[in-house]
Amino acid sequence: MLEANEILQTIHMIQEQHFDIRTITMGINLLDCHRNTDAETAECVYEKIVCVAGKLNQTGNDLESELGVPIVNKRLSVTPVSMISGSDPAKIADALDRAAGEVGVNLIGGYGALMHKGGTNAEYTLLESMPEVFANTKRLCGSVNVGSTRSGINMDAVRKLGSIIRRTAELTVAEDCFGCAKLVVLANAVEDNPFMAGAFHGPGEPECVVNVGVSGPGVVQRALEAVRGQPFDVVAETIKRTAFKITRVGELVAQEAAKRLGVPFGIVDLSLAPTPARGDSVAYILKEMGLEMAGAPGTTAALAMLNDMVKKGGVMASSHVGGLSGAFIPVSEDIGMIEAAEAGCLTIEKLEAMTCVCSVGLDMIAIPGDTSANAIAGIIADEAAIGMVNNKTTAVRVIPAIGKKAGESVNFGGLFGYAPIMKVNPFGNDAFIERGGRIPAPLHSLRN
Amino acid sequence: MQKALVSVTGQDQVGIIAKVSASLSEQNINILEISQTILDGCFTMLMVVDIAGARENFDQIAARLNDTGKQIGVLVTIQRMELFAAMHRI
Repeated sequence: MLEANEILQTIHMIQEQHFDIRTITMGINLLDCHRNTDAETAECVYEKIVCVAGKLNQTGNDLESELGVPIVNKRLSVTPVSMISGSDPAKIADALDRAAGEVGVNLIGGYGALMHKGGTNAEYTLLESMPEVFANTKRLCGSVNVGSTRSGINMDAVRKLGSIIRRTAELTVAEDCFGCAKLVVLANAVEDNPFMAGAFHGPGEPECVVNVGVSGPGVVQRALEAVRGQPFDVVAETIKRTAFKITRVGELVAQEAAKRLGVPFGIVDLSLAPTPARGDSVAYILKEMGLEMAGAPGTTAALAMLNDMVKKGGVMASSHVGGLSGAFIPVSEDIGMIEAAEAGCLTIEKLEAMTCVCSVGLDMIAIPGDTSANAIAGIIADEAAIGMVNNKTTAVRVIPAIGKKAGESVNFGGLFGYAPIMKVNPFGNDAFIERGGRIPAPLHSLRN
Repeated sequence: MQKALVSVTGQDQVGIIAKVSASLSEQNINILEISQTILDGCFTMLMVVDIAGARENFDQIAARLNDTGKQIGVLVTIQRMELFAAMHRI
């Protein structure tokens, strides 16, 4: 029988420490929607999504009510659109956006391409369409995979994306360049990630699948308050125990959602995903470990341990762990990171070091509006190199704040939060980026 | 048997158990276990109940309990028992 203190611990996690299921994401294969024209494909895509995902929102709401655990987002991920698109991918983008609205999910991911070794005509056409598409749609997110440990880095795609990101920002100035928050550039992208903006339904996935992302930085922070001053061994153990408990609930929700939807269960992504709410911050966990702020010397070591212990605690709690799994370090979506950036404690260079040991990469970072396309491409290349060499997923989701300078801020509202604009190294890299071509895969890609 | 946990928290006063129990009884929900403490002056009651015979669906049960709680100024929630078992038992 359960003890009263165990029950109360769970209740406090939910009521006071912001524990929630961050997302139930249904992955849907769209390869069978490919028709002769993009208009016909779009029609087929719309019908399939509305038919397959019709019950997702209600199922999420039912589970939230019965378990009393908030299920913050219900989302969709689809086959990378460039695999079914031709000369007019915007038509499919529009269909995806409408379908997401019809089934009541807040975001749909997959308007993207897998270009880590090279790009097809359809993929380059889709890339070109991105600025207008992200300016004209509400719920659609996209990602481009530009590198992998096995194939190296596609520097042509990297260069292109520098200007695509700038154009996306220019077209969405009225919303503080929010279009860029819906576009992420990845290396070693995973096929079953439930988190946006990088979610897509990989070609190795089944017809339809349910993936669940758990969260709970507040719960970890609170648990660490109880072990102040104790050695890292105790801190590590405390994080593991907490991650285990959080992930067990993710597993329960994932299994139950899959059963009710009649769809296979894919993975639980055991990520610590912060929100701008106070007490729901990864940076505050680092602070609780003893750093004055995120970014202070020791931050990378603290994050490395946190990231590893989250995985070690969570992996036993779920039958299938996948996705990105670890600690996210977005700036605009984490109140502790925002404070650290505003105080000048956290710089892009420190964030880059942190991405070597966190679950993903440079995320939701506002940069000055005069940052050149090639500078953005350089930032992408650096992140992709970290991912490629360290055999991990890395990402870049930066927002060039058009018309604004370092020290000002952009505000997206809601879960996306607000971001102080961070300084970017002003020295040039044009001759480097303009070389194009492909950076070869590292030696350790040859593992067979 | 379909177990759920009813938790009641708030300022201690006369009649909390009576009123919450009456609400459960009206809905044909059987109480299996009760534990109650006062933590820092805050009344905390946990009830394990069986909702298999309940007249209404889960949302409606939760709404009625919430109303009962509002009438007496305490917070009443209901959650399926699986949640707690998943988190604390392997």
